[in-house]
Amino acid sequence: MSEIVIRAEGLSKRYTLGQRERYTLLRDVISEAASVSLSRLRNSLSRTDRNGSAAGQNKSDGPETIWALNDASFEIRQGEIVGIIGPNGAGKSTLVKILSRITKPTKGYVEIEGRVGSLLEVGTGFHPELSGRENIYLNAAILGMRKLEVARKFDEIVSFAEIEKFIDTPVKRYSSGMYVRLAFAVAAHLETEILVIDEILAVGDAQFQKKCLSKLRQVGTEGRTILFVSHNMAAVRGVCETGFELNQGRIVAKGEINCVIDRYLAQMITRTFIDVETPSFIINDVSVNPLNSDVIKTFESVEIKVVLTAKRDIGDPGMYVGILTSENARIAGIDFKDFASVPPIKVGERFELGFLIDELPLLGGTYQLEIHVKDVSRHKIERVGNVFQFEVAETSVYGGRKLDAWFGSVGLKATAVQKLPSVTSEMVQSVESQVS
Amino acid sequence: MDVLNSQPTPSLPLLRIEPSHRWPSIDFRELWEYRELLYFLTWRDIKIRYKQTVLGAAWAIIQPVFMMIVFSLFFGKLAKVPSDGIPYPVFAFCALLPWQLFAHAVSESSNSVVGNQHLITKVYFPRLVIPIASVLTGFIDFLVSLVVLIGLILWFGLVPGWRIIALPGFILLAICTALAVGLWLSALSVQYRDVRYLIGFLVQFWLFATPVAYPSSIIPQQWRAVYALNPMAGVVEGFRWALLGRSSALGSMLWVSASVVLITLLGGFYYFRRMEQEFADIV
Repeated sequence: MSEIVIRAEGLSKRYTLGQRERYTLLRDVISEAASVSLSRLRNSLSRTDRNGSAAGQNKSDGPETIWALNDASFEIRQGEIVGIIGPNGAGKSTLVKILSRITKPTKGYVEIEGRVGSLLEVGTGFHPELSGRENIYLNAAILGMRKLEVARKFDEIVSFAEIEKFIDTPVKRYSSGMYVRLAFAVAAHLETEILVIDEILAVGDAQFQKKCLSKLRQVGTEGRTILFVSHNMAAVRGVCETGFELNQGRIVAKGEINCVIDRYLAQMITRTFIDVETPSFIINDVSVNPLNSDVIKTFESVEIKVVLTAKRDIGDPGMYVGILTSENARIAGIDFKDFASVPPIKVGERFELGFLIDELPLLGGTYQLEIHVKDVSRHKIERVGNVFQFEVAETSVYGGRKLDAWFGSVGLKATAVQKLPSVTSEMVQSVESQVS
Repeated sequence: MDVLNSQPTPSLPLLRIEPSHRWPSIDFRELWEYRELLYFLTWRDIKIRYKQTVLGAAWAIIQPVFMMIVFSLFFGKLAKVPSDGIPYPVFAFCALLPWQLFAHAVSESSNSVVGNQHLITKVYFPRLVIPIASVLTGFIDFLVSLVVLIGLILWFGLVPGWRIIALPGFILLAICTALAVGLWLSALSVQYRDVRYLIGFLVQFWLFATPVAYPSSIIPQQWRAVYALNPMAGVVEGFRWALLGRSSALGSMLWVSASVVLITLLGGFYYFRRMEQEFADIV
């Protein structure tokens, strides 16, 4: 076993709600001077109290504070490639920010052996007026690279970004694709022992994402430690070996990456839904349930269920459900009216509409449901927007490898056809005669 | 790829990330390690300052020269403000140089942390680099104007004496004064955006409290020590002493000013270091 390079012990981060407001005006402070200084004093006391117990932690827990990270402890060994997953607001970014020294923990500590390079964003510090060449040096310096190191790798960076011709053009004239490629190219050549990466693959086209992922995999084989945060489960599976899941600031699962992801996807299905209201309806619950397994897989049957309560008498209830990609591109839509009509619903009554979909043709990835509800008799459509996210696990659709986002969103029911040239004996003879 | 660099060396730095300290140390060694970033940030600011301008770097000269003309006309010619026997344009320009360096550095650096928040929330580096870089950006402008000043001095038939060797010391004092004020204001403005509105007013007020348009000799002797609590008074008189060989009132003023700068600067470093731990959370 290789040695431990990152050890976190009871890592917690508290945010005071409202503290992240854009700015404070002096007036606000003066008017509240007394109370603020008192609570500051109390805060700083509890902050310096590093051995504070869990009870002490709860004491300062008011309705206006939130523990973005709560008592997270973990160890990461040298050379490990760790995926960090979890829903939005689970504390992933907070953890990454603490590890990158951008923000300090409220409690607990981390010990890190080796230099940490963090990529929380591609192109941090890029200046639109400067040329590609200048931005490479600037961005590299910001990321902590030495000038000599950059000079040595300059050509490699430029060719990775595929912008040789535009290297002396101001980046404000770059296409967004070129911009992202250049930014990632600089970051990819960062050579710290530990690399922390947060959701940077959300940019760029599929082709470039693939290139980035293979670069990451290559970096992984060099024995460096990588922490990789992403919502792209396919990417996490492809790059990471181990991982952990955060939820509401706590580490809720740890271990081999596929186990962690499967567990996460399975519980995403059963997570609680918060009521959404439209003028005439309350949507109490939305769910996408696989019929035959724990996770939703390509070409398996799923049931989409929507539970509604009428806020007024509905003459002719109707519902439309659309499936969108995570980039909000509509893939499919289905309208209840095309299947059946619903009898009138009285105010306050709760009812359920849904679809059973045979062989869901979606490839692995994150999708969203958009829901429109309507009273067909009143011709009024009430949009709910993208209310629900679900995840399709990568499946080996054609029996072989698992298909990732590179293959698009839609699975095709296909069989291979081939027509090979049939070789006749006459042809063989004629070829032979030509040779001789 | 570089196999050499990817091999972990036995002497890897061990870093411990802990909750904020009340009394952080000023880590000058780390600052030194990031000197290249300081260089690149300064270089970036200088490089983009005059992009897409017609006159370009000429602005560095135009501003103080026009100020000098206006001052000479209104204060020198019309108001007959004394100038210690020095031709008024030289007298004023000599003071306007350090003043512009200071005024520019103060307003740039106090906005610097807020202006670079996209860096602060995304990547770690010693935050002190940011205000220091913006103080240094004004320095190139200063050097350009300095050449103009030397030309002006010679044109008026004056010759700087041996005292000119003290000039770098006074330049350093001007930079330190600007940095001291810049550190305080930049850290304050992260939390209180009032600072943004304060700056313009503060700089104007400060100009009148500094012997730019008038000599310190018009301040009564017994009040000069108090007057020198404004460190720019010491700097400006120092410039006149070093370049023109004549200064009505340097002496004790210099020591008062230098002490004020030292205290404010050290305090500024501490205050900044203490506040910087929360920058990413509140900016």
